[in-house]
Parts: sequence; structure tokens; C-alpha cells
Amino acid sequence: MNTPATLAETRDAVVSGARSAVEICREALARIEAANPSLHAFHTVTAERALVRAAEIDGNRNAFRGAPLAGVPVGLKDNICTNGVRTTASSRILESFVPPYDATVVTRLHAAGAIIVGKTNCDEFAMGSSTENSAFGPSRNPWALDRIPGGSSGGSAVAVAAGMTPLSFGSETGGSIRQPAAMCGVFGLKPTYGRVSRYGLLAFGSSLDQIGPLTRTARDAAIALGVVAGADQADSTASHEAVADYAAALTGDVRGLRVGVPSRLLETGVDADILRAVNTAIEALRARGATIVDIELPHAKYAIPVYYLVATAEASSNLARYDGVRYGLRDRQNELDAMYSGTREKGFGAEVKRRIMLGTYVLSAGYYDAYYLKAQQVRTLILRDYAQAFERVDIVAMPTSPIPPFRIGERVSDPLQMYLADVFTVSANLAGLPAVSVPCGFTKRVAPNPAAAAAREGGLPIGLQLIGRAFDEATILRTADAYERDTEWWKQAPPIANR
Amino acid sequence: MLAFAMPTEFTRAQVEAIAELAHLELDHSEVEMFARQLGAILAYADQVQQVDTSGVPPTAYGVGPHSADRPDRVVPSLAIEDVLANAPDSERLRSGGGFFKVPRVIG
Repeated sequence: MNTPATLAETRDAVVSGARSAVEICREALARIEAANPSLHAFHTVTAERALVRAAEIDGNRNAFRGAPLAGVPVGLKDNICTNGVRTTASSRILESFVPPYDATVVTRLHAAGAIIVGKTNCDEFAMGSSTENSAFGPSRNPWALDRIPGGSSGGSAVAVAAGMTPLSFGSETGGSIRQPAAMCGVFGLKPTYGRVSRYGLLAFGSSLDQIGPLTRTARDAAIALGVVAGADQADSTASHEAVADYAAALTGDVRGLRVGVPSRLLETGVDADILRAVNTAIEALRARGATIVDIELPHAKYAIPVYYLVATAEASSNLARYDGVRYGLRDRQNELDAMYSGTREKGFGAEVKRRIMLGTYVLSAGYYDAYYLKAQQVRTLILRDYAQAFERVDIVAMPTSPIPPFRIGERVSDPLQMYLADVFTVSANLAGLPAVSVPCGFTKRVAPNPAAAAAREGGLPIGLQLIGRAFDEATILRTADAYERDTEWWKQAPPIANR
Repeated sequence: MLAFAMPTEFTRAQVEAIAELAHLELDHSEVEMFARQLGAILAYADQVQQVDTSGVPPTAYGVGPHSADRPDRVVPSLAIEDVLANAPDSERLRSGGGFFKVPRVIG
């Protein structure tokens, strides 16, 4: 088995001169070309621009000597605006949209020496948990091609899992980085709300949205977060809180760390293999000197209902801008109202319409107090649960997803079942807290390839979720890094990554 | 406790009324589908009614707000031609300005 290079290895090779950025970029483009037809991780591949940029970096090696991402190929979820490169949010309504500006994260990645190689597939407007809601077809899980990669940042997770790029960026509103990271066996980080600028991220739920990296390791995510984090004049919700040296925080030392486990929450509805793997991972932290503390999150069971009331309300407002006037699709020129509704009928897929409808309803006169206001009050109680827990513990550990990746098509007709896949991730978004998913095992059941299965215990990837205090990404990254030092799960790569 | 009736299924008329508010024009099968699904999703979401929230303030943002104060300075913004480039229909003025074009609103 061959583990694809990490971000840190790739960067070090470029900085030391052992490899050229052009050579690494060509390799990434070749991997994409070989594996993308069966995985559909990327919508758009910007090969020419990427090679030009790589040559620039090779030509100015001295200028990029201290660049944290020198020569690192990166894939961006297709809801992050890229100047001059089509940005669709996987929606027909933006099929031909070419932003005239870069998102702040893109500007910062560029300055750090990263090379953007393309735009990755996702659920339409990031609404979904499987990437099946993409108007351009689903992405496939590299561990089992008949299964979903998770979502909504599915393409970004697939790109890293299949060894196409060592780094990609996704966005989260309710688990859309962590859940596909868990299902594809890679590392995913959802920063604290406000840690990373949202400028240039096509808005879904403005009080929940956050951009974050997907990588092979906690160290790689720490490096990437350091590049994109920090205040931004273009986003008033981007925090002025000081940006820590996240990579320096990875000491391997978790002695005395208090890890809270909400065991009662995990009693029902969690796949047996996932529960076993997560409990084993928590034992590994104990063996390294952490203390395990049982905690209660009494309102966590309301996180999904609260989320679908708050997020759909915000989505119905945010998506009002897609009206056929300033950008994107336009249908029916003859009359203004018909143009709005015709454009939106043609341009949006079923899940986006469903959420706009729900959000419109819960915000409408007579229902606002019963749904939206009530949900925001319960959101307060979810926040208080975490605040109380963090008086006794330093981090909270639980599964990322209660279920392993399901088969493509299996849940599309039942949106409610699909929503329940986010049961353990949405509360961190509602509370604004940082959280990671780190690979912690595989399910025993499904073995697509018996020979490969024997080497990795068979089956589908499982993720351990670690949630931290607001703006304390350092502690969850340190814990995940310590766990990676004791385990080899992060080194596993699907067969398709070596073909 | 708020007294209100939770529909487990929406009527076609209700779905069409919501769609009109949202500027969505649904076809027949979508109206049927949403009548069924929206009712089921809302019935699930209705669990929040079980929670006693008396005296609990609402939360709009989990973290923040942050101070958004900044000096009121004129800084460069996007070029008009770049902004209009994505518009389905637009016109540039000789003066350098420009506008988006929409179907006639006033007869």
C-alpha cells in the first residue's frame, strides 16, 4: 500500500528543491484525469492556470521559501468563488457563473503558494449529506464506488482520499466537512464560526456557514487553518481573535486532557461498528494520559429539528438573490414575476426548493414564533449544554456520523432520513464551536475487494469527532494529532488511489 | 405553550401559497411531493415544542457578534463591466455607468 503524500511532505519537497512545483502539479492533474471519470470529485479542472502558477513558484523559489503551502495542489468546493473560474455551487442556476472576484480564502491560499487545480463537486448550494443533490451527478466513495462519499463537501473529501490533492477546502453548515471526511477516511476541520472569512462563499445559512480544510492529517489541517484564519474587512463576522500557531500546538501530549463523552446520547441509533471504533479510539486517548469524563448534552437530541428550522429559514432568505437579474440563469423574458419564478423553477433542484419552501413557511406570518423563534430559543439551550460541559472537560468526543456511507440512491426519496445522518455534527454548527473528524477505523461488514479488505480490516471508513471550545482549534488538533501518532488509520488509502 | 395546529400533511393550496411567497413555480408532481414531505419534516421538527423555553432568550449567532467597526474610507470595488459580465441582460452607458435589464414593469 502506498500512502499519498501529505501537504507537509509536498510543501517540504518544493521548498527544499527536491521536487519542482510543476512536477507535483502535473502528478496531481494526472491523478485527477485518471480517477475523476469514476469518482466525479471535480467539476472543473484548471490545469493550464495551475501549471502557470506552478512555474511561477519554481521560478521564484526564494520568494516562496517560507510559504506554508508552496507548490501544494488544492481543490476548492464549487461554492467558493474563484476569479475567472466558473463557480456553480453544483446548481443549474449558476451553471455559467464566472465570479469577478476571489473569496478571501482563495486570496490567502494563493499568497501562501498553494496551486488551485480545480473546483469540486458538492450538493447543490451545499444542501445535502451525500453529494447526490448535485445538479451534475453524484461523487462516488473511493472505498466503494456504489456508495456516497458523504456531503455536502463530497468532492473535496474524495479528492484527498483518492490522492488527487493533499488539501482541499469544503464548507459546513451542519456537518458538510466532517461527515464526508469521516465517510472517505480523511481528516476534516470545521473551524469556530468566524474563525475563517466567509467572503466569497455562496451563502446558505449565514449564522452557521464556515469554510474549512480537508487533509490527510491533523498537522496538515493545522497548517492550512493558519493560512486562511483571521479577520477580514470584507466579512464583518470574521473574528479579530488572535490566530494561534496551530502547527506548534501539536505536541503529542494529551496528559491531563479531560475528554467528555456524551454516552447517553450514543445509546441508540449508532451503527455497532462505528460505536466500537469510536470507543476504541477514546481508549487510545486514555492510554496516552487523557481522562475520560461522562457528560450530558440534554438538548442535543433537538439539534436536528432546530437546525432544519434555522438553516432553512436562513437559506430561504439567502437564495432569494437568485432571480435571473444579475447573474446566472434567466428564464422567460416577457414578464418580471414570471421571470423570477420561471428562473427559480428551472434553476433549482428538488432539495433546494424543499428547503426554500420550509424556510419560507417557518418565517411566514403566524408561524414565526412557533418555529423560528422557538428554534432559536432551543439553540440557546444547546449552547448552554456545551458551556456547562466545557466547565468539566476540555473537548467532547463522539462519532462523526451514526451510519457508514450508504448506497447511492438509497435515501434520496426520504429527505428526513437523509437529514438524520447529521445528528452528531449539527450541534457544533448551532453552537459555533470548532470540530474535527479524524479517521478511526473501518466497518467490518462490506468488503468490496477481499484482498484489500484483509489489509484494512474490511469495509468503510469511520470518523471520530472531537469538538472544542470556541476559538480553541489548537486543543482538538493536538488531540487528533496525538491519536494519529498511535494509529495507522490515516495512512490507509483506497485501492483507486494507487492505480 | 403556544397553541397552534400542526398539519401532518399540507394541502395543495397551502403548498402553492408557500411557493408563491418563495417565487417558486412548482409543477403538479412537485406540489404533491412537497405536500407530503413538508408535513412529515415539520411534524419531526415539531419536537422543539416539547422544550420549556420560558425566559430563554433566542440565539441568532453561536459565536460573536464581533465588532465590525472600520474606518469609512473609499476603497476600490469591482469594475462595472466585470459585474455586468454575468448578467443575462445588461447595458453599458457611454458615461461609463451601466445597468441590469429586466422585463418592462410599468406599461
